[in-house]
Amino acid sequence: MKRLFLLLALFAAMALVPLVVRSEFWLNVCILTVFSALIGQAWNILGGYAGQFSFGHALFFGVGAYAVAVLQVHLGVNPWIGLILGAAFGAGVAVAVGWLTFRYGLRGSYFALVTLAFAEVFRILANSTPWTGAGEGIMIKLSPRPSMMQFKDLGHYYWLLLAMTLACYLTVWWLDRSRLGARMLAVRDNEDAAAAIGVDAFAVKLQAMALSGLFMGLAGVFYAQRYLYLDPGIAFGPTESVEALLVAIVGGIGTLFGPLMGAVVLHALSEGAQVALGSLPGANMVIYGTVLVLMVLFMPRGLASLTRPRSRRKGGRDA
Amino acid sequence: MLNPTILWPAILNGVTTGALYALIALGLTLIYGVLHIINFAHGALLMVALYIVYFLFRLFGLAPYLSLAIVPPVMFALGYALQRGVIGRAGHGRDENILLVTLGLSIVIENLALMLFSSDTQTVETAYGFSTVSVLGAFIPVPKAVAFVGAVVTALALWAFMSRTDLGRAIRAVAKERKGARLVGIDVDHVYAMSFGIGVGVLGIAACLLMPSYYVTPQVGHGFILIAFTIVVLGGMGSFLGALIGGIVIGVVEAVGGLMLGESLGQIGIFAIFILILLFRPQGLLGHRA
Repeated sequence: MKRLFLLLALFAAMALVPLVVRSEFWLNVCILTVFSALIGQAWNILGGYAGQFSFGHALFFGVGAYAVAVLQVHLGVNPWIGLILGAAFGAGVAVAVGWLTFRYGLRGSYFALVTLAFAEVFRILANSTPWTGAGEGIMIKLSPRPSMMQFKDLGHYYWLLLAMTLACYLTVWWLDRSRLGARMLAVRDNEDAAAAIGVDAFAVKLQAMALSGLFMGLAGVFYAQRYLYLDPGIAFGPTESVEALLVAIVGGIGTLFGPLMGAVVLHALSEGAQVALGSLPGANMVIYGTVLVLMVLFMPRGLASLTRPRSRRKGGRDA
Repeated sequence: MLNPTILWPAILNGVTTGALYALIALGLTLIYGVLHIINFAHGALLMVALYIVYFLFRLFGLAPYLSLAIVPPVMFALGYALQRGVIGRAGHGRDENILLVTLGLSIVIENLALMLFSSDTQTVETAYGFSTVSVLGAFIPVPKAVAFVGAVVTALALWAFMSRTDLGRAIRAVAKERKGARLVGIDVDHVYAMSFGIGVGVLGIAACLLMPSYYVTPQVGHGFILIAFTIVVLGGMGSFLGALIGGIVIGVVEAVGGLMLGESLGQIGIFAIFILILLFRPQGLLGHRA
């Protein structure tokens, strides 16, 4: 319970940000940070808890984003309904990919490759079909009304994102104390042993895929509504895939607060670097890549390993 | 559509491109076969090799084919050092960590290139760049024909090296049974680094053969890396012959698919093969179950 109070207190404090921060620039930095915390946690459910490392998580993000955009532009579906559908599509595609890959026992490197390839297939498909706007991308018509999930005030976008993120973190808090979460950890630590004591590893991994895809899809919906523009490179390119896994790994995989810490640290670093170096193209990604290499070399359990005693850090359940 | 006067040049083009793909995949499959890791930085390292070829030409006027004396050894040394200094230290007993470290390296290398060289496309102009040779009635550019011959010779040399030399035997021993290899006195860490170095050195050869008919940008590796993965998966992880056949199959699929469906959708054929093989025959056409 202590962790639940800590979580709720943190999010309550974060909800005050738009009341205090009046500068558009800094509010935007906060939005980007919370966004990273959301996709990092979504990746963490699959990678950190169920132990399946995806290198193509942008796939589910892109599916959610295109779902809300295409339904809105071509069929006039209200984005609030699109939000539900986007999340559902994200989860659905995740389950489909998971069903195909886990059925054939693909693990480890193979799984990373398959997710990457699926994201690439979707990128090429989005690039070649007319109803996604092909290479030029798709634009959502500007109509800044809450009923169209568009806001004049950047703070309202922030609150919408924060609500999505809170839902994601509460889900992981629940996972931490549920049987499903325990099964995921068992599958992660030793799939064969887990299967031997009666854990249906296939079903557990599919459930992890579904949850992870659902929150990536939500993040995609937010992105589409915030920027009102999408193209295949944004939706299915490597940027979101890398950011999602990086945030989780820097913070500490398989932990509730890890992705949040990771997101804050990474964005502090990248903002600091922009001040120091100016905005050179690629500079941000150089920092991200360097952080990834250094973390894996010197702190493979992430920042969260600093806050927890050594003997207990394997389980990921210290509530 | 299936008129042989159109189809034959497309197939020929596919075979020559495919031989180069195979060469890039050979390095990847060697590294996988021995270290059991997928080197996600392979595409980025190919890009580095292409830039070296480009700058040797631009600054010193060295023809790409003469760079064959310089670039492969440089790439070998780079690969050896990367494995010894970074990748080999990152495992902490989990393969996922090695995957992540090679992914991180590829991000750093690509974006450093973007910072230093901008995203402009660079090419090397040669006297023979646009001349062609005729093969059974179809014309192919001279650089592609040279690349085909070079790729086949390199693959043969690599095969001879693996089966005839002591180091080759040591590499195969480590690939089969690393504990046993260590027990009979093989320096496993050295063999790992040599394998990684050779795999990356082959990229140096590929870059010299590729540059006269291609271009270099910081993102050039992207296009090759998934194709190389597909070939390795298709041929069977760790299989040399599989990589050669897989490379040529993929080259032909791409060329013929591009002819029938257009450039952009033609690539779908490659990924469709990739996903289908991973799903239904993950050990590849010639590989053993992983």
